[in-house]
Amino acid sequence: MNAPSTLMDKDNTAAVKERLVVIGNGMAGCRAVEEILARDPARFDVTIFGAEPRVNYNRIMLSPVLAGEKAFEDIVINGDDWYADNAITLVSGDPIVSIDRATQTVLAKSGRVEPYDRLLIATGSDPFIIPVPGKDLAGVVTFRDLDDVDKMLTAAEKGGSAVVIGGGLLGLEAAHGLSLRGMKVTVVHLMPTLMERQLDEAAGYLLKTELERRGQTIVTGGDTAEIVGRDGHVSTVRLKDGRTFDADIVVMAVGIRPGTTLAKSAGIEVERGIVVDDHMVTSDPAIMAVGECVQHRGACYGLVAPLWDMCRALADAACESPSGYEGSVTSTKLKVSGIDLFSAGDFSGGDGAEDIVMRDAARGVYKRVVVKDNRLVGAVLYGDTADGSWYFDLLKKGEDISDIREALIFGQAFASGGALLDPNAAVAALSDDAEICGCNGVSKGKVIETINAGACSLDAVRSTCKASASCGSCTGLVESLLALTLGGEVQSGPKTMCKCTSFSHDDVRRLIGEKNLRAIPQLMQELHWTTPDGCSSCRPALNYYLLCAWPGEYEDDQKSRFVNERLHANIQKDGTYSVVPRMWGGLTNPRELRAIADVVEKFNAPMVKVTGGQRLDIFGIKKEDLPAVWADLNAAGMVSGHAYGKSLRTVKTCVGSEWCRFGTQDSTGLGVKLERMTWGSWMPHKFKIAVSGCPRNCAEATIKDFGVVCVDSGYELHVGGNGGIKVRATDLLCKVSTEAEVMDVCAAFIQLYREQAHYLERTAPWIERVGLDHVKAGLFDDADSVKRLAARFRYSQTFCQDDPWAERVAGKDADLHQHLAEVRPLSITEYAQ
Amino acid sequence: MIGDWLDIGSVDQITPGTARTLPVVGFDEIAVFRTQKNEFYALVNKCPHKQGPLSQGIVHDNVVTCPLHNWNISLKTGEALGEDKGCVPTIPMKVDAGRMYLLRSAVVGKRAA
Repeated sequence: MNAPSTLMDKDNTAAVKERLVVIGNGMAGCRAVEEILARDPARFDVTIFGAEPRVNYNRIMLSPVLAGEKAFEDIVINGDDWYADNAITLVSGDPIVSIDRATQTVLAKSGRVEPYDRLLIATGSDPFIIPVPGKDLAGVVTFRDLDDVDKMLTAAEKGGSAVVIGGGLLGLEAAHGLSLRGMKVTVVHLMPTLMERQLDEAAGYLLKTELERRGQTIVTGGDTAEIVGRDGHVSTVRLKDGRTFDADIVVMAVGIRPGTTLAKSAGIEVERGIVVDDHMVTSDPAIMAVGECVQHRGACYGLVAPLWDMCRALADAACESPSGYEGSVTSTKLKVSGIDLFSAGDFSGGDGAEDIVMRDAARGVYKRVVVKDNRLVGAVLYGDTADGSWYFDLLKKGEDISDIREALIFGQAFASGGALLDPNAAVAALSDDAEICGCNGVSKGKVIETINAGACSLDAVRSTCKASASCGSCTGLVESLLALTLGGEVQSGPKTMCKCTSFSHDDVRRLIGEKNLRAIPQLMQELHWTTPDGCSSCRPALNYYLLCAWPGEYEDDQKSRFVNERLHANIQKDGTYSVVPRMWGGLTNPRELRAIADVVEKFNAPMVKVTGGQRLDIFGIKKEDLPAVWADLNAAGMVSGHAYGKSLRTVKTCVGSEWCRFGTQDSTGLGVKLERMTWGSWMPHKFKIAVSGCPRNCAEATIKDFGVVCVDSGYELHVGGNGGIKVRATDLLCKVSTEAEVMDVCAAFIQLYREQAHYLERTAPWIERVGLDHVKAGLFDDADSVKRLAARFRYSQTFCQDDPWAERVAGKDADLHQHLAEVRPLSITEYAQ
Repeated sequence: MIGDWLDIGSVDQITPGTARTLPVVGFDEIAVFRTQKNEFYALVNKCPHKQGPLSQGIVHDNVVTCPLHNWNISLKTGEALGEDKGCVPTIPMKVDAGRMYLLRSAVVGKRAA
């Protein structure tokens, strides 16, 4: 072997490990090391160099981070302790600049020289930048790593317009994220069809229509001519046909190319990628390469799945039991929430290829499978991707499908003769090497092995083998495998409330009434809770359900309240609190404003902010100071705004007929009346109301839980709106002609929501779950329903409308605010309380 | 009980299933927990994740859920549970004749940043 000279200097040559240096701390490099460690943890001393200044994370999950669905810590694959536990030296933020094959050393940017016995290049790929004028302007970014995401988020904070160049997988995910973050997004795509490498025209069209419906502008056949700047920063993108689009940020997502610079300058054989054999070894036998930087049998891959296979082959070879990699058939899923899209294999048609197509316009479903020589060679699914893994499995295996051909397009359940209508049976029919979790490369066999080794819940499977732990789209498959492997002991049907019980939310609410359950410990006993005193998700839910079921009788359990509801203020990241006094209908007066100004000065509050709900938020108050702050606000006539609670938040109003030349009714006055009626009520989740004085809707009533839009002839009542991460416009509930009717329907709707929704379910998802018709039926099918529900709400309110701040000011629960004692280490004295 | 152990007050000062805070001048604040089963634990009042005040979390069994991002921290060991990784220092504690005591040397463990 070509052992370096330094090794010979050592005395204990027998025990010396080979030194494995890995260039690249990404998914490929770390996965390869994981695979090697799993085979032979003692073989190598491992050093990993990473260009990014952080630990290894799941790059394909950057899209959910951009979209705000995940945080960085959710996508970390290996944290600091993984490196420590496995004695791996991680050199992050210090990229390798050259490889010296003669001395078998690598040189890092910092000047650090590291000798190696085996070198693994896992440099991934670089984004392709199209060579147009303006490509180097500030504001032109790529979508490759967390720094890119940060740049996009910074731009999105300021709002404005974004242009994404490239309508492939990455470009569309970037566009989706920026759009969710509130930017006006235009996607410019060179080809006539979006994602043309994965989708056929029909699916591409459905996708384009859906994205346009969501507010994105999609330009296909658009060839970028120039990125125009102003003061060194992008301002416009101009196409060759003369069209222009405003851009505060331009995301270049036209493609990637293998990162081969290092390898090329070291004299290793490079074509499109670094050329490797079936064991991932390059033209230099001491140097291996893996991931997106390589070219294997003429193919370069830009997807995650081939990487897992490459790493297996690499580790087998490195640990001297070579197996060999034979290339991958790839499949694609688009990680855009609410759009189900799957594609695999070849669907370009050609000689002897036959298409089988099914369309279901009403459900928005399009399926196409391509068959050649009685074998499945390609599949495109849009709208219903449940059979994606089954088709992918058939495709990889290349099995003869003539027996099931007639039913093939209807999916596995039908193709198997109707015997597999049970989804569990469908999963049972998958082969052991079928991929279950695409994000983490976990096969069916691996999941079953994990379950057999003792992981008998979804959470256990997630934490053990990582299946379903990233994007979660395979959760259903994993649950089926749990059910199959554990012999039906896992309950199917509605989800249980939490890990402490096998009952669903609806079961628990029903049983509270049927079994006359009146306290949390009693409930846990009667319903066979599996934990001694519940957990942080069931306790607040049970407290609310009991509070709602037994108004005036149930005693609120402070121990089961989230901190905000226990301290009647909003906890902030530094552990201080923010305080929002109620301003009825958004109205205020000099006395209140003076009191707020005085509080801000007296308690040195570092910030005051006008909220979206037309109130003032005072930041940076310590928990010990809260009662004093409240006392001052109470003295000026103000009460708690419940800005912290799963409760009525604000009633936003416009100025209405009293001032506005367009106003049709007294929206401000009605808003104040609604707030006086509903304040202080506890709900399954926060609840927002607005009243607009005319259809111009200045109070944005159609994105509230309950919205009133005044018209000449009366009041339109809207429900189920939401302005959060998933914007939902309200559904029209009904139209009424008097203020009294508005008040009754509002009270009745709130009570129906209070009695039926699951805890932490806003009105929008609740209505989507049960259907608007169900809500209408609950309110209007019976002539007296509104009156009965409203009466129950008003009764419950008689126990809720005491200002919680005033109670604390009067000394209630003082323990929650005061320290136990204070320790002064030098003279160790204590305060008496 | 004088010497190694520091008397921090009567057990009645903490409601079962809650925690209270104990500032230590110049050092990290301590959170003192009493579980529903009347076990007592003391931890540095900082979640290993983003330094959230653990004293304000919901206590269930001998676990507290951080109020900022719902990490579950074992009151016994200070370790994060489940998939989360991290550990907060614990302070040895004992209860004797209705009084709570902390190990004096551990109270002044880490100087506050």
